[in-house]
Amino acid sequence: MNFFEFAWSILPQLLEATKLTLWITGGSIALGFVTGIFLALGRVYGPRPIQWLTSAYIAFFRGTPLLVQITIVYFGLPPLLNPLGIHIPRIAAAVVGFGLNSAAYQAEYFRGAVQSIQSGQMLAARSMGLSRIKSIVFVILPQALRLVIPSWSNELIYTIKYSSLAYFLSLQELMFVGKKLSLRTARTFETYIVVALIYLVIVLVVSWFLHRLERRVRVPGLGAPGEHR
Amino acid sequence: MNESQSPPSSDVILRVEGLHKSYGDNHVLRGVSMQLCRGETKVIIGPSGTGKSTLLRCVNQLSVPDSGHVWLGDKEITSRYENINHLRAEIGFVFQSFNLFTHLTALANVRLGPMKVKGMKKSAATQLAMEELEQVGLGDKADAYPAELSGGQQQRVSIARALAMSPQLILFDEPTSALDPELIGEVLEVMVNLAKDGMTMLVVSHEMGFARSVSDEIIFMEGGNILEQGPPEDFFTSPREARTREFLSKITELYGE
Repeated sequence: MNFFEFAWSILPQLLEATKLTLWITGGSIALGFVTGIFLALGRVYGPRPIQWLTSAYIAFFRGTPLLVQITIVYFGLPPLLNPLGIHIPRIAAAVVGFGLNSAAYQAEYFRGAVQSIQSGQMLAARSMGLSRIKSIVFVILPQALRLVIPSWSNELIYTIKYSSLAYFLSLQELMFVGKKLSLRTARTFETYIVVALIYLVIVLVVSWFLHRLERRVRVPGLGAPGEHR
Repeated sequence: MNESQSPPSSDVILRVEGLHKSYGDNHVLRGVSMQLCRGETKVIIGPSGTGKSTLLRCVNQLSVPDSGHVWLGDKEITSRYENINHLRAEIGFVFQSFNLFTHLTALANVRLGPMKVKGMKKSAATQLAMEELEQVGLGDKADAYPAELSGGQQQRVSIARALAMSPQLILFDEPTSALDPELIGEVLEVMVNLAKDGMTMLVVSHEMGFARSVSDEIIFMEGGNILEQGPPEDFFTSPREARTREFLSKITELYGE
């Protein structure tokens, strides 16, 4: 069996595992996005104690290894929730672990974008009678989210690749199934080449999509100059 | 100061009493008092750093004064029991640097306040915004983003944005100071028309021609207080204070008659 025949033979199982990889990635990014926005807003606009708390959160999740964090959450969360009558599936526990980590990084990207917006935008919004929250929702965030796309793309790409750490939680995702296949077939090198190519394809597709999104929502005078029109 | 004295007469829209504001050690406003009646235009002039812009910002609480009172009609803006957002919706503010919302077209800039502050329907707000843009001569620029407009056009959109809220008065903070000289005229023209239409306006400006021809009263500020005020004909021909004369002659040297 040459490489291509071999690759073809293991592809169905790897693609099945890829689904789980995509679920973990998608769930973590979504959880990290929502949490990250609140963390960033808390850090920029919140009262002192909130600023302090969000900073501490971000420092913890950026300052400790991701593998340690997901292990803590994966094994620590279900026993915490069980007494409350909540039983979460294993994959959900993993997603929460990845998501809480991603939130810290996304928060920093969002904070940078929010702070790069000129103070006059907030002044103008408030001066017409918009509340602080409405000003953030209708004026600050629409601009910040456009500005953040390039750096946020990095976070999404990292999350796709770091989802392979779920291997250590014995979830049947791409890396784990790859390992299993390599042991069973004893063709370690070829198996991981196929695994690597699948990750690469996902990343390339996602990057292309984000690039399109960035162009689509681009507004003259906001973000990278030049490419408009 | 006794708050109950001198109940506001019906056509006084804005009343400022004993306003103090410091930034750190810098005592910017030192007890400013003034008032503005419906339909009046007053122009505030004076050397830079003398508190003119701070006064405007204290009026709508973009800067919170340390002490003193501001009333809009019979509502006290400086009272903590009033909803500041409701009061701000009644006071237009035009910035030196325009501050149009970068991510929105001219039309959407003008439409935002009526929709999100007043809860107007999108179709009605669009129609209103279009009318206001035409009022400032920019109906054909409705779909342009701020970055695609000249400074003069941006400032006219920002005036339209203020007008769309049907404010009781509009505060102008050096509206032409950031503009290239050839663009100043189009903005002043819009402001002159507003004044003629009876809009109540408080304008910080160095445009003496505008002040002379349009204002009902000139206010000369220096050192955090109002030094002299009066109708433009008296003010420019026979200023009482030596400092006023000095300032006026400097301005005349710089900008001409």
